[in-house]
Amino acid sequence: MSTGKRYAMTVDTRRCVGCSACVLACMAENDVPEGYCRDWIVSEIHGEFPNLTQEIRSERCMHCSNPPCVEVCPTGASFVHDGGVVLVDPHKCTGCKACIASCPYDARYVHPDGHVDKCTFCIHRVERGDNPACVSVCPTKALTFGDLNDPTSEVSKLLRTREYKVLQPEAGTEPNVFFLK
Amino acid sequence: MAIGRRTFIKIVGASAGATAVGVGLGSRLLASNDYVPDPGTDGDEVIPTFCEICFWKCGVLAHKKDGRITKIVGNPAHPLSRGRLCPRGTGGTGLLYDPDRLKRPLIRKEARGKQVFEEVSWDEALDHIAAKLKEVAAKHGPESVALFNHGYGASWIKALVQAYGSDNVGAPSYAQCRGSREKAFELTYGSAVGSPEVLDIENTRVLTLIGSHLGENMHNTQVQELADAIGAGAELVVVDPRFSTAAGKARYWLPIRPGTDIALLLAWMHVIVKERLYDRDYVAKYAVGFEELEKHVADKTPEWASVETGIAPELIVETARFIAGARPASLVHPGRRSNWYGDDTQRGRSVAILNALLGSWGRKGGFFLPTSYAVPKVPASKKIEHHFKEPPDAPLDRPVPFLGEALAHGLRDASIPGANVAYPIKAWIVYGTNLLQALPEPEKTVKALEALDFVVAIDVLPAEITGWADVVLPEATYLERFDDLHAPPWKRGYVAIRQPVVPPLHDSKPGSWIAWELGKRLGLTDYLQGDVESYLDARLKKIGSSLTELKARGVLLAKREPTFIEEGLEPTFATPSGKIELFSKQLEDAGLPPLPQYTPPAPAPAGHFRLLVGRAPMHTFGRTTNNPFLGRVMRENVVWLNAKRARELGFETGDDVVVVNQDGAKAGPIKVRATEGIRPDCVYMVHGFGHASKELHFAFSRGADDSQLVTRVAIDPVMGGTGINVNFVRLERAAASEVSA
Repeated sequence: MSTGKRYAMTVDTRRCVGCSACVLACMAENDVPEGYCRDWIVSEIHGEFPNLTQEIRSERCMHCSNPPCVEVCPTGASFVHDGGVVLVDPHKCTGCKACIASCPYDARYVHPDGHVDKCTFCIHRVERGDNPACVSVCPTKALTFGDLNDPTSEVSKLLRTREYKVLQPEAGTEPNVFFLK
Repeated sequence: MAIGRRTFIKIVGASAGATAVGVGLGSRLLASNDYVPDPGTDGDEVIPTFCEICFWKCGVLAHKKDGRITKIVGNPAHPLSRGRLCPRGTGGTGLLYDPDRLKRPLIRKEARGKQVFEEVSWDEALDHIAAKLKEVAAKHGPESVALFNHGYGASWIKALVQAYGSDNVGAPSYAQCRGSREKAFELTYGSAVGSPEVLDIENTRVLTLIGSHLGENMHNTQVQELADAIGAGAELVVVDPRFSTAAGKARYWLPIRPGTDIALLLAWMHVIVKERLYDRDYVAKYAVGFEELEKHVADKTPEWASVETGIAPELIVETARFIAGARPASLVHPGRRSNWYGDDTQRGRSVAILNALLGSWGRKGGFFLPTSYAVPKVPASKKIEHHFKEPPDAPLDRPVPFLGEALAHGLRDASIPGANVAYPIKAWIVYGTNLLQALPEPEKTVKALEALDFVVAIDVLPAEITGWADVVLPEATYLERFDDLHAPPWKRGYVAIRQPVVPPLHDSKPGSWIAWELGKRLGLTDYLQGDVESYLDARLKKIGSSLTELKARGVLLAKREPTFIEEGLEPTFATPSGKIELFSKQLEDAGLPPLPQYTPPAPAPAGHFRLLVGRAPMHTFGRTTNNPFLGRVMRENVVWLNAKRARELGFETGDDVVVVNQDGAKAGPIKVRATEGIRPDCVYMVHGFGHASKELHFAFSRGADDSQLVTRVAIDPVMGGTGINVNFVRLERAAASEVSA
């Protein structure tokens, strides 16, 4: 059943302080095994002292509209759920790692149970009307989640009013995680 | 078979990588799959309480399933968390289920410092403590017992020690942390900034951080407001020798020469006074001593300050105008841990005075005038009537004119044989503070510990201090116990409850129970609260609520009250003049500079860097570095070294070094972070790592313990605090044996 939604997330790099609350909340919510993470912080400093700039990003699976991971999956374990959310069905996954190799964002890992694992946009929360755990916890409200097909959603408004970028646009993956400048 | 599969994978991976660009939707994208993940971490029960992974006390909701806490999230009803948490708040389960937790009471079997203990029953441990404390009191008086504490749960033990007859209750969180700031604001405004600080960051237009790395210093509500302010277009001025997270968001980053903040603050005031940019009406109405201030800053020119601070005079002028341009919604953050160079109260006074010129105290976007939920105390059946002896926390030949809370390092020094004090300290009760890391000059702490008649440690983890105790009592964590109600001064009054989410694990006990049981053995129960639930219920009945209600709701809000001058509230100042004291007669009368004086910092010895330390958002000092869950996002500290200096010295990011100070004290090995984001004359590390206690299996030997390098301090002549930024270090390449060890 399709709801006609296109879920997306915006990451406000001006608000984010890189505290990792999102990373730990995800680990707790999703019982992410020790040694792995589904989201992570990238902190970049550019320039030479004292003329410096900084960008901090909370990153995760981009839930691409053109997901190479789904394209290459030989078993159909990687699939696109309603709302454009890219998921992995652990029962169908053989742990072949084709998707891992195809992902430009290094968003996937092999769970110790043998299947590939990654961010689900906390679809189990979203489908009952909650935000993903990372969005809920974020003390800086840097993360916003919503439906891009709804012009009144917060993510739609943010993308209309703010400058933004996606990571590795040249990969042609059409990510649905946007970084607000 | 396995080989075939691997080959297949490689081919698929390579072809996908080559063809991913521009590939349209394959048929598989449309294939139906009904699978929806459900990690199943939602609790069957959700229990509100408040956090103790740091000292901020955010309201949380603990999810409990099959008797285990699965996750901890923010309580939307709580004014400090507003439903959101810092990384540490989520990490409470890492403490609760830490396999290294203290599990049973312990009595020492060998010399102090060696962790050789015997597990004993609570009765045996408590009987032993009571007998020893009586022995110490018989010989030296009850005042010879000192309590060192950190954390909200300490209130029960404080009551016990005071009932016993000692007012020697010290916390490193005062003299080693926010004490100089509090004293500076008390001298200027008649009240401290408090905790949580009374800052209206969300409405500020210009936030100046000088000595605050907010964002790395993860005070949840303040960071939330910082982001909200940025979102609303506020600008930051950040003064920091290091390119902090906040500096990366700032309109102006001033990488100041360490130790010269007062020069910059005076020069800013010079510009603001000279150009008449200050709030004249506000100063005329609320402040005294402006003429003296004007004279004092007349020669503190940007050119003068530039030589000291390394900041161009034009930039000093520009930032002064920028800061003043947003007044009164221009907030110069008072910082928190602010004991650095010994002139820290004067530095705090400079910040306080600058805020007065901006008219930010009591104004929106500045300092709010807090309100609180008045929840009366329920007294014990008898009131303490004995007269306390003054704490011997300052040497007789070096009295401290403006004492506040007892000085923790002073109580320690009074425990060292031969101390020049009114009377010696002979026994310690140490609650929740790892004095080996929390106090500077650790060699003095060891000297005291070796000489004491008796030492008790009450803690959750086997931190270094427990290895020095004669008796170790395992306390239940904040998730397993009640504590007193929390109703702090804030923007809106509230009262919050801490309650057990799960019963105490192992053989740990809540502090309230420990205090009561010791009280029984010392004949002090008349002065103490008995059953904690009855006590909390009695308190809550006084405001028309009940323990049952609070247990269900977690927090009650008071009626909204005005907290700003703009809302018609008139500020009052509990100073001798009843006004904001720009010029401090109190300081003058004590023979101290009535207006802040700048003292140039001592230069570094050749080949040395000034050692600076700070915080990371995912840890609270050394208290959390053994938390394996928080360790997933920060396992060890690194030493920040200017990239150019690193090249000159032949160091690269990731190199293992030992940090050696001017007195030969060592810490590490620790990895180098070569970065453009720090001045060439200092190095920086996050405090709380490099644990020496082998019982802390996760934290043991990870990174470096900066406390080991603080062998010198500069004592604040106003309030007696210990400035620690007076130590200099060099980096030595670590030997292979050190790294593997």
